[in-house]
Amino acid sequence: MRHCMSPLDFSVDEIDELMGLAADIEENPAKYAHACDGKRLATCFYEPSTRTRLSFESAMLRLGGQTLGFASADSSSAAKGESVADTVRVISGYADICAMRHPKEGAPLVASTKSEIPVINAGDGGHNHPTQTLTDLYTIHSLIGRLDNFTIGLCGDLKFGRTVHSLISALVRYTGLHFILISPEELKIPSYIREDVLRRSKATFEEVESLEDAMPQLDVLYMTRVQKERFFNEEDYVRLKDRYILTREKMKPAKEKMIILHPLPRVNEISVDVDDDPRAQYFTQAKKAVFVRMALILTLLGIQVDPAIPQPSNEGGNR
Amino acid sequence: MLNISGIHEGYVLDHIQAGMSMKIYDYLKLGELGDATIAMIMNAKSQKMGHKDIIKIECPLGTIDLDILGYIDHNITVDVIKDDKIIKKEKLSLPKQVVNVIKCKNPRCITSIEQGLDQIFVLTDPKKEVYRCKYCEEAYSGK
Repeated sequence: MRHCMSPLDFSVDEIDELMGLAADIEENPAKYAHACDGKRLATCFYEPSTRTRLSFESAMLRLGGQTLGFASADSSSAAKGESVADTVRVISGYADICAMRHPKEGAPLVASTKSEIPVINAGDGGHNHPTQTLTDLYTIHSLIGRLDNFTIGLCGDLKFGRTVHSLISALVRYTGLHFILISPEELKIPSYIREDVLRRSKATFEEVESLEDAMPQLDVLYMTRVQKERFFNEEDYVRLKDRYILTREKMKPAKEKMIILHPLPRVNEISVDVDDDPRAQYFTQAKKAVFVRMALILTLLGIQVDPAIPQPSNEGGNR
Repeated sequence: MLNISGIHEGYVLDHIQAGMSMKIYDYLKLGELGDATIAMIMNAKSQKMGHKDIIKIECPLGTIDLDILGYIDHNITVDVIKDDKIIKKEKLSLPKQVVNVIKCKNPRCITSIEQGLDQIFVLTDPKKEVYRCKYCEEAYSGK
């Protein structure tokens, strides 16, 4: 039985396969509309989430499966003091696969050691969020056609932003990548990512403070939110939150085919007037997340849809 | 000069950094060895190290987890004694993982709240001797 704890759980070849499957699902949704008939996904969310939970639920429903779960720790037995290990043992009897978000880092890993069903880490504190990384990879792959030989600018909170850390770790396995790390001094990439991931890879990188200067070089611009919940000091948050605000004006020197991504939610780091620019792809990215999660659910459940057998075409419906 | 007799069966841990022997006593849980006789020689003169600590443990072979010792300081030398003779000089190396020896200090780690969970640290960088928590991957500092 296989779980998904980190984006690095998958080899480059396996990620290629996953991307291929997600693309096929996106192109031929009807073929997969009953692939998970009779299967249940448990969404165990110990902290609030909009996109991730609904995206997982949408993914399972589109595969013909069903979902059950809880959306906060208060509405689960965690409020009574139940351990993650005990909760997942119980849930193993109710569902076929589990997506877990937990504020404590490593909680899904603990769950995976006791679970009888595949566990997907749907975000554990500031640690990992593999399905976001897979979404980022899939979006880049489908919009620029490759995962190698491009320049990516990562902008904003590079210190606490787990999506950035995971994306860098996943991308350095491809060739010809150049990273431009754009952040204020206080939110620079942690040294273990710089030393242990970037310097050990074949990728090149530079650390800069000016988004405007970096803009003309970028094929991909990955914006991040300065997350209030990661600061112990309100003053620091207020000082840094408005450091980078992407506007149409700032995008003038950008390449015509550059794409702008953002893991969402955004606050004010991307001005709403950028949304209509064809390079703004963050809502496409959120949409594509569903196809990646569908591909992941199928892969972890070991379900293969035979292309030779035509599937009923009532997309999303449960039989 | 202080004389401590040889041991019939057990271990001699030599070349311990001066002042570290009490810590090693705790890490190895030597206080829980029951009938074992333990001699701790602290701040002994050493040509190589200036000063060093030595621990002699009279106990049945196989009682001590040498992997933990490798984590604490792999420069320590271990003589294995049987029938009053050194039968082996153990070479210590950094263990690939250590279980329930050190605790994760990351307050956001699941180990801070989950009951009955082993504290597992994995060697991620042998050159820099970096151990990371298996769950949250935070590097352990303060060995």
